[in-house]
Amino acid sequence: MKGNEALAEAAIQAGCRHFFGYPITPQTEVAAYMAKRMPKIGGTYLQAESEVAAINMVLGAASAGVRALTSSSSPGISLKTEGISYIAGSDLPCVIINVQRGGPGLGGIQPSQADYWQATRAPGHGDLHVLVFAPSTVQEMVDLVMDAFDMADLYRMPAMILADGALGQMMEPVEIKERPKRDLPEKTWAANGHENKRPHNIVNSLYLTPGDLEALVKERFERYDRIKSKEQRSESYMADDAEFIVVAYGASSRVCKSAVKAARAEGIKVGLIRPITLWPFPTDAIQEAAKTTKHFLTVEMSMGQMVDDVRLAVNGAAPVSFFGHTGGIIPSPAEVLGEIKKLAGGAK
Amino acid sequence: MAIVFDRPHALTDVPTHYCPGCTHGIIHRLVAEVMDELGIEGQTIGVAPVGCSVLAYNYFGCDMVEAPHGRAPAVATGLKRALPDRVVFSYQGDGDLAAIGTAETVHAATRGENITVIFVNNAIYGMTGGQMAPTTLPGQVTQTTPYGRDVKVAGNPIRVCEMLSTLDGVALAQRVSVDCVKNIQVAKKAIRKGFENQINKRGYSIIEVISSCPTNWGLTPVEALDWLRENMLPYYPLGVYKDTSEEAKGNE
Repeated sequence: MKGNEALAEAAIQAGCRHFFGYPITPQTEVAAYMAKRMPKIGGTYLQAESEVAAINMVLGAASAGVRALTSSSSPGISLKTEGISYIAGSDLPCVIINVQRGGPGLGGIQPSQADYWQATRAPGHGDLHVLVFAPSTVQEMVDLVMDAFDMADLYRMPAMILADGALGQMMEPVEIKERPKRDLPEKTWAANGHENKRPHNIVNSLYLTPGDLEALVKERFERYDRIKSKEQRSESYMADDAEFIVVAYGASSRVCKSAVKAARAEGIKVGLIRPITLWPFPTDAIQEAAKTTKHFLTVEMSMGQMVDDVRLAVNGAAPVSFFGHTGGIIPSPAEVLGEIKKLAGGAK
Repeated sequence: MAIVFDRPHALTDVPTHYCPGCTHGIIHRLVAEVMDELGIEGQTIGVAPVGCSVLAYNYFGCDMVEAPHGRAPAVATGLKRALPDRVVFSYQGDGDLAAIGTAETVHAATRGENITVIFVNNAIYGMTGGQMAPTTLPGQVTQTTPYGRDVKVAGNPIRVCEMLSTLDGVALAQRVSVDCVKNIQVAKKAIRKGFENQINKRGYSIIEVISSCPTNWGLTPVEALDWLRENMLPYYPLGVYKDTSEEAKGNE
């Protein structure tokens, strides 16, 4: 299955029946797949007049209490940031897919990881976070979309799938397994018509009294702290005895896995830590590894964004280097191997 | 003792923040009376805009959602698609509907989105203190048109009902006023029709209500209504711009 189509089918399997989108390369297959499938299963596929409208349709559907999805690529996500902020400020759950392409501006249409800062630092104005999941295989795209819907409902906040054009266009076999249903809180807050049986529900992000707004944001940040302590996810590959650790996510982590394997064959004790959640960032796993690691290398398809979080986690315990390409270029395994050898040069 | 006049059930029992003489209060009341008469408060979800009526979510007794500036039609679309059997209305001012939210408005209308839109046109940005609106009249003085709106610089006002009446998805586009009892009665009938259209799945209905803003026009409430009649009504003629109902067809 193609990555983008897998994202869409996974959302349907997760119970999402409302998709609002706007065409943009390289995620258009998500919308095309939804346009084909939704009418056949009694769902809604609606092509909005803009990404701005699409995210606000998601806001409306999420307010009604249903699982809602929108999908876009980098420039389109910038347009959605207004709505994402309001959705976060209204404590609404939803899922947003970003199949990243090169930027800034119109940038390019080739794969990129240059929206890391936007996703993890400023997905909208104000004090807020969204959950950010970074798949590295088509199978993981399926699994993480399902997790994203559950976690968004559990924590009443937006969740983002941060993929890239390479993963979106990639064909791999997938298995869509029946999952045990998670115990999720009832959406008693939904604005779906009170039937004169309860007080009216108000979905809102406006609080004109500074003390009220601060109290609400603080409550939200307590929730963020709980998420940070419970929901960090990462994969370790050959990292147990490693002297050197490569940190990479998404498409670039696949390249790094090949490079690590090749370096191991040459006797270099190197491993990979692959963040699966980017927010919350797997700080604990990196911190633990920092106790025994001589040197970290972060590899990204950007000028170096996640490397900030790696440095914060390592906190000076070891040097952290960066290697990457931007503009739509994927680093090659040979290049990463070369970088690993440079680090290991003295040690070998 | 018999009660002859009371607060509609669909209005909550809280004081509003509207300025003295502002006609938002009348328009809120008309919408609430219609909800009461149709018995739909428990089935209705309202969408509040950004502007003077941003706090409308506190005043209507039905479930309410507060939308980002201009995005009420998109938010209403999401709600209606998720809850096709519920009644969904948006309540929007001129800046919200005809400036920042023009794209959302035009496309919800042309899709024939089955929602009801209450559009309050007072030719000024009230909440931010009286700046030029898309519907500010040529020559009208505002904080950002201190020498009067010069159409060579600021462009021309938008006549929303006329524009939307060209779109196939629109079931009702009617402009009303709440400056006198007679017009208030017409306005209520139009609002009721807008909600009935939705219940009968006829598509998009917009009721534009010409409204006054004594505070930012710098007039007393009575002077403001005179100004409205003398200046706004000639530029924004009242009437039905589009009506696809059976009753309207019978009149042709």
